[in-house]
Amino acid sequence: MKQLFGPPRALQERPTHYCPGCTHGIIHRLIAEVIDELGVQEKTIGIAPVGCSVFAYDYFNVDMQQAAHGRAPAVATGIKRVLPDRVVFAYQGDGDLASIGAAEIIHAASRGEKITVIFVNNTLYGMTGGQMAPTTLLTQKTTTSPLGRKEGQHGFPLKITEMLALAAGAAYVARVSVHNPTHIARTRKSILEAFKTQIAGRGFSIVEVLSTCPTNWGLSPLESLKWLEENMIPFYPLGVLKAPGGEGMK
Amino acid sequence: MGELLLMKGNEAIGEAAIRAGCQAYFAYPITPQNELGEYLARRMPEESRVFLQAESEVAAINMVYGAAGAGARAMTSSSSPGISLKQEGISYIAAAELPCVIVNMVRGGPGLGSIQPAQSDYFQATKGGGHGDYRLIVFGPSTIQELVDLTGLAFELADKYRNPVMILGDGALGQMMEPVEFPAMDEVTLPLKPWATTGMKGRPQNVINSLHLDPEDLDRHNAHLQEKYRAIARQEVRYELENQDADYFLVAYGTTARVARNAMHKAQGEGHRVGLIRPVTLWPFPDAAFAKVLDRARAFLTVEMSAGQMVEDVRLAVNGRAPVHFYGRTGGVIPSQQEIYEALIKIIQGGEKA
Repeated sequence: MKQLFGPPRALQERPTHYCPGCTHGIIHRLIAEVIDELGVQEKTIGIAPVGCSVFAYDYFNVDMQQAAHGRAPAVATGIKRVLPDRVVFAYQGDGDLASIGAAEIIHAASRGEKITVIFVNNTLYGMTGGQMAPTTLLTQKTTTSPLGRKEGQHGFPLKITEMLALAAGAAYVARVSVHNPTHIARTRKSILEAFKTQIAGRGFSIVEVLSTCPTNWGLSPLESLKWLEENMIPFYPLGVLKAPGGEGMK
Repeated sequence: MGELLLMKGNEAIGEAAIRAGCQAYFAYPITPQNELGEYLARRMPEESRVFLQAESEVAAINMVYGAAGAGARAMTSSSSPGISLKQEGISYIAAAELPCVIVNMVRGGPGLGSIQPAQSDYFQATKGGGHGDYRLIVFGPSTIQELVDLTGLAFELADKYRNPVMILGDGALGQMMEPVEFPAMDEVTLPLKPWATTGMKGRPQNVINSLHLDPEDLDRHNAHLQEKYRAIARQEVRYELENQDADYFLVAYGTTARVARNAMHKAQGEGHRVGLIRPVTLWPFPDAAFAKVLDRARAFLTVEMSAGQMVEDVRLAVNGRAPVHFYGRTGGVIPSQQEIYEALIKIIQGGEKA
């Protein structure tokens, strides 16, 4: 009997440490499916960040390097420059990428490094217990903005993906979400496009994935998906901001 | 004997790195080491190797992490304030056991300090400038030829032990010119690195990592690192000992050792029995050199371009068996032959307490 569906080869079969309802697992699977589809498992090197997804090397079945907080784009640059025919991707959260790693991501994009970054935005620092991030929405409560984020005190949420789209070296820039099956399918398509952009040597590619954190949001998994849709998407609009040869799909 | 070339220290390191098979160099400008990056910006592309100017010292050292983890011979260089910024990455590199070479052309500190030569980063280089229990192999070259020779050895030992190696120079060594001879091109055979992340074709997954959340696991990893450091300490100590039968010893490394040697010659000319211990490896520190002379040595004078850093290792090596004195200048001032001579004569004449 022919098997029609199974786990991707680019994922290892092991129990997850992610919290119930966390969307990291979905995003991991989509990346692994794309690696399988492109047939690049044996030539891919992934970078695990600091944060909840630090253990990404335990899940992806490809060569992996673990990077210091925020430095994944620099590590990816080092790998890609010495192994230009390999496929290199970095997996980063929003505290990692948009705060401590802001310089590294902007300059990797600006140089047009031929790497792919999967940027998982859940609006806070998950691993350390739910502190405010640059991406935290106004009025959103976190452990370091206990009365809600106020612009006068904490500053405004940062749309770093829009900033990255301005970089001449950035070839594919998109923001997607995994709050329902339709959007999960679109996320998969975006990740595929990002990897194809790298493999074609067209420049830097990044996919921001809006994600949930039920544990630190204090919501159930289902409530979290609803909160993402109702609060995050209006501020962080979905779509392809930049694609090789034009704007691409909206 | 090959061809002798007149070269600046910073440029000589660059050419030596190329001869040693350096495949990737990651730059960031800071005085007084800019000639190294500028030299390699021309030379690396000529040899079809990677030169990249990073956005910061932090990014440069993390590019080294990535390139070294992918199996390449990789190098970065900076000067004191920039080396401080690299410490996070150096700790990760040491923990993940990645071979690489880091050059520090030391300038006066603390803070932004000066751009003149100093040796005030000795503690940072030899005692672990970043977090955690780790060691760098640290070289303190004192001539341009030694810079060249030790650059080659640095890449070799980095690969042999899977450990970062630091070349601790100073602004004077980087800027001055001396005749040097290089090893031939293509003399180096690069070792195989089956642990590197090159893509898992034909083998299981490789992971470069420094995270060990289980305390017992991290304890074992630290024990493994310490065992490696003990092996390095047994096998890689290098030093120069001049006039082993002397009564008094000057102790100095790098540029300062050259001036100290002149002071020694002046004192010898006046009939004093003076020798010189010049550590070439600052870590592992050459305790063995002191063991050879402790039976008859009456006192040691450590000379540094710092407020007194290596002198602590000298005291540990001498272990109370003779007085250990210190003379130092800071801020970018190089101690003169006369100053060192006078400090030495005071000790010999018994007018100076350790």
